[in-house]
Amino acid sequence: MNQYFHSIRIDTEKCDGRMKCMRICPTEAIRVRKGKAMIIEEKCIDCGECINVCPHNAIIPLTDPFGELAKFRHTVAIPSPALYAQFGREILPDKILDGIKKLGFDDAFDLAFTCGEVSFAVQEYLREYNGPKPLISIACPTIVRLIQVRYPNLIDQIIPIEIPRELASREIKKKKSNQLGLKEKEIGTFYLTPCPAKMISIRQPAEKGRSHLDGAISISDIYGPLLSAMEGTEKRSYRKALENICILGIGWAMAGGICRTLRLKNSLAVSGLSEVIKVFNDIERGKLRNIDFIEAYSCPQGCVGGSLAVENLYVSYNKILKLIETLEYEKIKACPDIREVRQLYSQKYFFMEGKLEPRPLKPLDKDLGKAIKKRKEKETLYNTLPKWDCGICGSPTCLAFAEDIVTGEAKLDDCIFNVPQRLQELSQELMVLLDKSSFFHLIRSNRKKETKKES
Amino acid sequence: MENENEFSLQFEIKGSNFGNAGRVSTEIKEILQEIGINPSIIRRAAIATYEAEMNIVMYANRGTLSLNVTPEELLIRLDDEGPGIKDIDMAMQEGFSTATDEMREMGFGAGMGLPNIKKNADKFTISSIFGKGTSLEIVFNLDQAEQK
Repeated sequence: MNQYFHSIRIDTEKCDGRMKCMRICPTEAIRVRKGKAMIIEEKCIDCGECINVCPHNAIIPLTDPFGELAKFRHTVAIPSPALYAQFGREILPDKILDGIKKLGFDDAFDLAFTCGEVSFAVQEYLREYNGPKPLISIACPTIVRLIQVRYPNLIDQIIPIEIPRELASREIKKKKSNQLGLKEKEIGTFYLTPCPAKMISIRQPAEKGRSHLDGAISISDIYGPLLSAMEGTEKRSYRKALENICILGIGWAMAGGICRTLRLKNSLAVSGLSEVIKVFNDIERGKLRNIDFIEAYSCPQGCVGGSLAVENLYVSYNKILKLIETLEYEKIKACPDIREVRQLYSQKYFFMEGKLEPRPLKPLDKDLGKAIKKRKEKETLYNTLPKWDCGICGSPTCLAFAEDIVTGEAKLDDCIFNVPQRLQELSQELMVLLDKSSFFHLIRSNRKKETKKES
Repeated sequence: MENENEFSLQFEIKGSNFGNAGRVSTEIKEILQEIGINPSIIRRAAIATYEAEMNIVMYANRGTLSLNVTPEELLIRLDDEGPGIKDIDMAMQEGFSTATDEMREMGFGAGMGLPNIKKNADKFTISSIFGKGTSLEIVFNLDQAEQK
């Protein structure tokens, strides 16, 4: 069943079943069967944690190769603002965009400006909204999927404003096709991504609509070529380059950037999946109702911590932070005009085309009575297990193993702690069998005679 | 006796154990999701269970939570050994609270706990012996037609 597209694939040749991925997976979506890791598709939220821990690089993020560019007559790169954080302090977005154009793209688009527009749109939405709080940012596709799968109740609290890269691509295609006299489909737009999760949001958007982007290229793939391409670019004044940066937009590269640049009072920024889960649990319990807005990212420190980023995440986080501080200090505001944004907002320009639907996990059974019965079986089984969560059975925890047995995915014999007991049972069965054989009695009586003689 | 379409589980809750507070209600939420209870009922049950769990953590020495699910209803029963409630009618009023300043600092003690449990439950009963402890019964009707 390929109901869900995922941005990661396991190379079974390289995988030797070390279970590191299984143990780290926050949604318990990985099992190791017959010595190879496998992903349970409905549980996977594409966070990429498994990619980082695999000792054999057997988990491969699926991004697009450079060759995809040849399919289009005109190509535009749309780098994630996290790319701006990958190089030293002196290298500003202008230089990076120039470098990208030398790599074979016809144009490179500064997404930070669109991010700035979306920040303003988010502000408008927060002002108008009066439903249950807090509202949650849509920026991280893994977080959106986490909510769809594990927190379906919170789905209406996700701000339904389109992500900047989609808006940007929509606009680029419209504009360029007019300018160049090309059809929209002849223009290829490629996102330069810090994480594989952006790939699924392009191939299979969470809201079941269609993406305006044509592909995603990993920042780690482009890093080396880009570094050498930038060497030859003409030098511009640092101050001038600084004046082109939209402060609202570059904040999107790091956790807390949106809250900080919009100066939101009652907002939280959370990053790292396990931390986000803690916060979402609190929201579900009815706490945090006094918080207006939550910016949540699956990767630590936000997009700069993506698994396809190159620079150390604390260094890149710091670069964005310092850049924001400098722009604040210098009072540089190369941002969109808020009146224009408000007008577009009232025309519904920013809203998502589709609707986000929950994607809750399948229950143990469709029939409530049977599901209850199976849950009870799971508990009974669980109580017979050692509860050490050793994982040798191929399931991440004893509780998950009990569930896998109930759903028929695993056998009790897979548990290594059952082996001594099984051996004992087998030896008893063997004794019974031997007892029945006349040959065995003959041997035993002979042996008794011999021991008597000796004594 | 428990029949085969009935699932029960007990949880221990320790008083003053703020570090682990909320663990039981999260576990219960996960069980209800596995069984496939309607999400809107899970949402209400999660809030009610959390409030009740926090009441034990904040006020009692210890307590037990018993979960009981049948295809007809979800019953959550809490029994604690604690100070008990002197005036139940008073405690059921919104805004009434005996929380200490420390608890209020942590965002609790708005006097919404018991009324909030009642508001979210389909049936709610409370009994208490002052100086001994408090028992709550929180019931949710499970309409099988809504099963997804």
